[in-house]
Amino acid sequence: MAKVLMKGNEAIAEAAIKAGAKNYFCYPITPQTEVAEYLAKRMPEVGGVFLQGESELAVANMLFGAAATGKRVFTTSSSPGISLMQEAISYMAGAELPTVIVNIMRGGPGLGGILPAQSDYFQSVKGGGHGDYRLLVLAPSTIQEAVDLMMLSFHLADKYRNPVMMIGDGMIGQMMEPVEFPDKFEEDELPEKDWAITGAKGRKPKVAKSLFLDPHALEDNSWKLHAKYEEMKKHEIRFEKYKMSDKNEIMLVAYGTMARICQTAIDHLESEGISVGLFRPITLFPFPLQQIQDEAVKKNIKKVLVIEMSTAQMMEDVERAILGKKQIDFYGRTGGIVPSPEEVVNKIKGMVAKKAKSKKTAAKKTSKSKKKA
Amino acid sequence: MSIKEKTIFARPDSMTDVVTHYCPGCTHGVIHRLVAEVIDEMGLREQAVGVAPVGCSVLAYNYFNTDFLEAPHGRAPALATGFKRLRPDMTVFTYQGDGDLISIGMSEIMHAANRGEKFTTIFVNNAIYGMTGGQMAPTTLQGQITSTCPAGRDLDKTGHPIRMVELLSGLVTPMYLERVSVHSPRHIIQAKKAVRKAFEYQNANKCFSLVEVLSTCPTNWGQTPEEATDWLEKNMLSYYPLGVKKDSFGEGGDR
Repeated sequence: MAKVLMKGNEAIAEAAIKAGAKNYFCYPITPQTEVAEYLAKRMPEVGGVFLQGESELAVANMLFGAAATGKRVFTTSSSPGISLMQEAISYMAGAELPTVIVNIMRGGPGLGGILPAQSDYFQSVKGGGHGDYRLLVLAPSTIQEAVDLMMLSFHLADKYRNPVMMIGDGMIGQMMEPVEFPDKFEEDELPEKDWAITGAKGRKPKVAKSLFLDPHALEDNSWKLHAKYEEMKKHEIRFEKYKMSDKNEIMLVAYGTMARICQTAIDHLESEGISVGLFRPITLFPFPLQQIQDEAVKKNIKKVLVIEMSTAQMMEDVERAILGKKQIDFYGRTGGIVPSPEEVVNKIKGMVAKKAKSKKTAAKKTSKSKKKA
Repeated sequence: MSIKEKTIFARPDSMTDVVTHYCPGCTHGVIHRLVAEVIDEMGLREQAVGVAPVGCSVLAYNYFNTDFLEAPHGRAPALATGFKRLRPDMTVFTYQGDGDLISIGMSEIMHAANRGEKFTTIFVNNAIYGMTGGQMAPTTLQGQITSTCPAGRDLDKTGHPIRMVELLSGLVTPMYLERVSVHSPRHIIQAKKAVRKAFEYQNANKCFSLVEVLSTCPTNWGQTPEEATDWLEKNMLSYYPLGVKKDSFGEGGDR
């Protein structure tokens, strides 16, 4: 298929249809409302279900009921709306129902703002709802990648019988870029959906539920879920490296739009003779802990710099990856402010200069002490 | 002379052969049975999907021999909406108590009803929170003593009990709304007719329907089963009058 110029929100919507997800429930919220507007027109064309619910609370529960049919279902929202969906997300994780939820993030906490942010990292990755559960979390950094990951999300949701969340800052939703859709979404074979609620015809009744009043049964279910998350850690870690080499002095870790801004900064620094590489996690859960550590411990890396559009949330996972084996610095803007490549360049130059300065001071001290001797 | 054996009363196919967790004298069992009988009589068991609430009937799926979803507190109408929109060929019902439906789930039921979702809600009103041990419900009557209104419900502080079918009947969307009771055999027969009508409307893809069933809670009312049915008759019927509140497709329908 030829490339088409599309807004992120609309491309995400079309990608879902391409992945065979023709059942969408929504509630309008900036900056992702175009998904709903696009699908309001598109779903009737493809014979799908489009329903605008009365609240995000209801929408996520509609998704719960719809997911139980075994068909591919999804919703999209933005930060405060995603908070309201946490109840049903926890229930769906408990009942092991595959769903896809997209969060086009805006600044928070509270009503916050409507401009791009990455401040829902904790909520997405660490479990925004109650109980022992995880979501598989994907973070695209281009509109094309948003399309690809959106389709993949449905596959992974079915593969693991788990809700999958794709998170992008508001830029991912609002930006326009050329994108290409596959003629057909090719995917590996999936297990049969023998859990789907289809009516007790010729079989025993089935229940989609998360209630286990017997603590032993609940514990068993929680460990069963845990084993599933461990499988995800084995098979689903995704990341990308940009200009990482043994010449790098500094290693950046950033995801989503922020990673793209870092790439521009890296190119600029390269022209000035400062070698910096980027490690970009694509899956935020499972997080590439070992892969980040392997890169960070390399001798040439003097410092690791985490950059986020938040006040240091993924930072905690990078710390968990590096385990104190390298010094970590952080740079962040939040509240809807997107850092410019210049800001990133200046931050890195500052780090390099400080290092050079401290080297010089160290050298002076040594020479002084030599003199004394 | 040989004696011929004839079964005149049996467990409906749509009910499982287990002992329920309901307290002695509680009318949930009767209401479950009415729903199961209607599902049986209409031949819907294999296409029926129930949505269980949070409350005393949270384990309803253990007693119905049909597929089930178990919803978060108050959200059964949202789950039923999502399911039925994708599977309009199936018969979907929610089974909800007063706390679940009117308190925490007020938004979901109002909007599902107003959209005209084609499912059936069986709403069990026993004027109290049963599962958590007898707290004030939106349907608790004036002066009624519960653990969270130990001096009796004070209307100045809590407003008046909510009459749900009357409230819903103010919506313009066509629907079927009736209030019934199960405190006497005569009323049980009438209740079954209402449940049957609700499922028939759904099956004909006509409208959303809700049957409110006045029910007893001897345990949390602090009464014997017999006292409880008397209490229902004396106190609930006057505030919650029985009958059809809206029937958009029936005789003299208000559509």
